[in-house]
Amino acid sequence: MIRAASTFLYRRPTWYLSLLLVPPLLWFGTVYLGSLFALLWQSFYRIDDFTAQIVREPTLATYHQLVAQPANIDIIVRTLGMSIAVTLACAVIGLPIATYMARYARGRMKAFFYVGVMLPMWTSYLVKVYAWRQLLAKEGIIAWTADKLGMGSVLDSLLATPGIGGPSLSTSYVGMFLVFTYMWLPFMILPMAAALERVPGSLLQASADLGARPAQTFRNVVLPLAVPGIAAGSVFTFSLTLGDYVIPSVVGAPGYFIGMMVYTQQGTAGNIPLAAAFSVVPIVLIAIYLAIAKRFGAFDAL
Amino acid sequence: MTAAIEFRKVSRVFGDVRAVDDVSFAIEPGEFFAMLGPSGSGKTSCLRLVAGFDAPDAGHVLLDGQDVSAVPPYDRNVNTVFQDYALFPHMTVLENVAYGPRVKGIERGAREPAAKDMLELVQLGALGDRRPAQLSGGQRQRVALARALINHPKVLLLDEPLGALDLKLREEMQIELKGLQKKLGITFVYVTHDQGEALSMADRVAVFNKGKIEQLAAPRELYTRPRTEFVARFVGSANVAHASLAMILAGNEQPFALRGEHITVLAADSPAPSGAPTTAGVVVAVQYHGAVSRWQVKLDAGDVWSALVSEEDARVLEGLGVGSRVRLSWPRAAAVMLAAGGA
Repeated sequence: MIRAASTFLYRRPTWYLSLLLVPPLLWFGTVYLGSLFALLWQSFYRIDDFTAQIVREPTLATYHQLVAQPANIDIIVRTLGMSIAVTLACAVIGLPIATYMARYARGRMKAFFYVGVMLPMWTSYLVKVYAWRQLLAKEGIIAWTADKLGMGSVLDSLLATPGIGGPSLSTSYVGMFLVFTYMWLPFMILPMAAALERVPGSLLQASADLGARPAQTFRNVVLPLAVPGIAAGSVFTFSLTLGDYVIPSVVGAPGYFIGMMVYTQQGTAGNIPLAAAFSVVPIVLIAIYLAIAKRFGAFDAL
Repeated sequence: MTAAIEFRKVSRVFGDVRAVDDVSFAIEPGEFFAMLGPSGSGKTSCLRLVAGFDAPDAGHVLLDGQDVSAVPPYDRNVNTVFQDYALFPHMTVLENVAYGPRVKGIERGAREPAAKDMLELVQLGALGDRRPAQLSGGQRQRVALARALINHPKVLLLDEPLGALDLKLREEMQIELKGLQKKLGITFVYVTHDQGEALSMADRVAVFNKGKIEQLAAPRELYTRPRTEFVARFVGSANVAHASLAMILAGNEQPFALRGEHITVLAADSPAPSGAPTTAGVVVAVQYHGAVSRWQVKLDAGDVWSALVSEEDARVLEGLGVGSRVRLSWPRAAAVMLAAGGA
């Protein structure tokens, strides 16, 4: 019976593929895309200011409200700025680590690094965020260590910097930036390492053989071939920062982020259309980001 | 004249494997030098030492009389054609070829015409705008060659460059490489495990085994006068008589090698040619190769020898085949005395 079914499917690859793909595609199509579009559709409704009821007629009024209020623009700019900063930091910190993991580490050392990069993801996200709040607190270990090392004044002047500072690390944008960078770093390192692992060693030898110094080999051969990995990683760090609402609510200065706006608007405020309009913003920003990355040839080597 | 490349008592050890074991030799300028051996024999390790990808644990590697043991690859006037070609996938063919001048700081206006000339030299002038992935294996091979030659190296290293090509293309490229070497006058160091390739192209061949050079000689000498059993077997798969068999066949313990083409196969009951050494055995296999057939014969002494039988002689042997008893005979002068011991 099973043998007959196997034989039947072996001769008919289309049936076999349909059997494999139809269930996940149904899930993806209805549950995932369906709810996404339902959400997006909500953004074209508006809320009646007097009755606080949703008016189910297509309108751009909600988008007008979104862009007309300077406070909303501030939120978008703040979130975008943080996302770019976090993405750049992850790329700068991640590249040496990924290079070491992919090109130099062998055997146990390699396993140690891969487990080490993924280990933080085994812990609850909330626990980590709250742990960071303790670390960054005014009497926390970071401030204490800085003080003991005689670097207290450095920390103070950092916190005194307008725009990114605050009363303590845990209530400043610098602190929030540190937590974001820590949280999303694995999502940058892993795709980068995967891209670098695929670069054959003979390409680096060929480059040196033709007269390129290590820095030239890195710039001309390693980096261009790592770019798809960097692009993939940066899409993760960028979009995760754009959409997050937990970290900005636990750590950092009181200013709102997009994720928090979505949370507040659909919850306490009951303004589903505005929440939906806000959640369109990251989608648009990521689409723009991907278009730019494509323009610069980030996906040419795929 | 200063040697283009010289190894002085060079060793390279990986763990407890002596990949290169106290090797000394010199390659003359303009020579086509082949390093021949099975995989793991140390030939590629030697090549890496010349290119500078690796440094010796003991001894000295000299290029043009200069000790380069500690000089990195980018400061050596040596270029390599890699086994997997190692073309940069994100660059066009022209950019690949122009890479050497580019990293040396030569302007685009000067390096691109030079790269075009090199592509012309390897007959790929029209394909400069393609990506390596859009080329056939033979074309990639030529690009790798052009890229390595553009720096005008004194020495070109070729690491099994034709290994991935099919037979016909390989033979064409052999002729072309040899012609190119003559034309440019560059020293070629050619690593291969294919004895036919080494014999047909090289001026001299070094046969590697277990990290050492077994014999370094011109192709004809290597084939006709192998010094050790390993060389006799690896180059042209000769039959070898060890001490005990040599005692039976020749009356002394000096081991010797005997080429299959020198052995005559006779019916068991036919008279042995007078004065010629002879032995008897049973045919265990006959492989037909067209112009010749290879007859594997299990000697009464236990060894299996192979004899090459031409189509003409095969007619005389009509009726004989696997399982038949035969007599083998050869001219006494065809036996090549080998150094005792060896592998």
